[in-house]
Amino acid sequence: MNLNALWEYANPKKFIRTTERVLPWVSVLSVVALVVGLIWGFFFTPDDYRQGSTVKIIYLHVPAALMAINTWLMMLITSLIWIVRRHHVSALAARAAAPVGAVMTVIALATGAIWGQPMWGTWWAWDPRLTSFLILFLFYLGYMALWEAIENDDTAADLTSVLCLVGSVFALLSRYAVNFWNQGLHQGASLSLDKEENVADVFYWPLLVCIAGFVLLFIALVLLRTRTEIRARRMRALLARERMR
Amino acid sequence: MPELGKYAVEVLSSYAVSIALLAVLVGLSLWRSRRVRAQLEEVEERVRRDGQD
Amino acid sequence: MIALLTRDLRLAVRAGGGFGLGLAFFLIVVVLVPFGVGPETALLGTIAPGILWLGALLACLLSLDRIFALDWEDGSLDLLATAPLPMEAVVSVKALAHWLTTGLPLVLATPLFALLLSLPGAGYGPLVLSLLLGTPALSVIGTFGAALTVGIKRGGLLLSLLVLPLYVPTLIFGAEMARRGAEGLDTTTPLLMLAGISCGTIALLPFASAAVLRVNLR
Repeated sequence: MNLNALWEYANPKKFIRTTERVLPWVSVLSVVALVVGLIWGFFFTPDDYRQGSTVKIIYLHVPAALMAINTWLMMLITSLIWIVRRHHVSALAARAAAPVGAVMTVIALATGAIWGQPMWGTWWAWDPRLTSFLILFLFYLGYMALWEAIENDDTAADLTSVLCLVGSVFALLSRYAVNFWNQGLHQGASLSLDKEENVADVFYWPLLVCIAGFVLLFIALVLLRTRTEIRARRMRALLARERMR
Repeated sequence: MPELGKYAVEVLSSYAVSIALLAVLVGLSLWRSRRVRAQLEEVEERVRRDGQD
Repeated sequence: MIALLTRDLRLAVRAGGGFGLGLAFFLIVVVLVPFGVGPETALLGTIAPGILWLGALLACLLSLDRIFALDWEDGSLDLLATAPLPMEAVVSVKALAHWLTTGLPLVLATPLFALLLSLPGAGYGPLVLSLLLGTPALSVIGTFGAALTVGIKRGGLLLSLLVLPLYVPTLIFGAEMARRGAEGLDTTTPLLMLAGISCGTIALLPFASAAVLRVNLR
């Protein structure tokens, strides 16, 4: 495959035209995967022998937590692309993704709190992972607020990109700092290549389907929101030109 | 309805909260998409008209 | 560079507020805490390192928007941008001036305030050392935040929202070191981490701040 061809989608018009065709498929697939995964998980998996029926929360908690982190990663990559190659679609995609990531973080935190109540006996503990997610949420808030606060689109894209880069470094630092500061209640990784650590097989497959559903939903939402941002940007440009005349 | 036992409230409320949040996010994204698309068409129409005379 | 530094220092002292305000704020926080948690000496002694670190952090935050705001308004920032001095140096000098006028007085005043909160005797050394190591990082990170929000009207609240998450690692290691010191535990690990964070931010963050400032002056 010719990698250079990929850059053609950085052209806003081309992006709109291509996503017009792709978006319905991704949306339908994500809905199918989410419905199948959640119904499978909710109705057709047994209770865990220690955690009882609360284990069903895993089908929301783990995918949301995964997406909360991966959204920031995606924003980091698109910010870098904007800084290096100055493709507007890239910067706007980062802007479009931030609220999605923030909502995923809230879902992970909320389901975690509800799950923690019966299992750990408390809604909230200053467990390293919980704390890190709270900090991640603050980073999302700051990032979105900075986008909103600046009027000039290119300035906003530059500033938020740098914030995303610096924020990533500090988010990682915070992660280690928090780990050092308090030992956690969380179990080890739910999904890993090491079979021993994995969740039991009955929960594994529906969980994978749910994760696929969340990933597809994320893609669909980001495409949709990026299209909106492209149009909004074009509208601002047209209005500005109109005022000049 | 599966037997949820004593944790029914926790499981159901976490599903309700998550699905509600996702629904709000999807709804807002769609609503804003429609509105911006309509506004852009209006502006483009106006610009085209002004450009002619 | 030295001219810029002395100018900034003189402005900070003369413009009233900037210099003493941080210290006064710090004092008020320390006075208010016992009203909030009760006057028991044992409890105050336990939470003193954390309170003092938080107070110092908030006092630092309070004066951040002054770093560039005045120069931005009267246009001298544009002059500095066209001067032969590289932007990275300007930013570093600004951060240094902020530290000298805010961070250093806080560090010097902390033993006195620790007295008010009845910090255990063993805690004084580690507390002052941790603040001495940590406040430069706070100033440098704050300068980055100030550079980000320099063009925004009423950016003060946004500045706090952007800067406070970035303060998390510094606060954790700084307060941890002060706490361990007060409890008579070994402080080596947090000391090394704190020093690492300070050195890293001082070395790298001015480049980000300068890049951001250039964008804002475009």
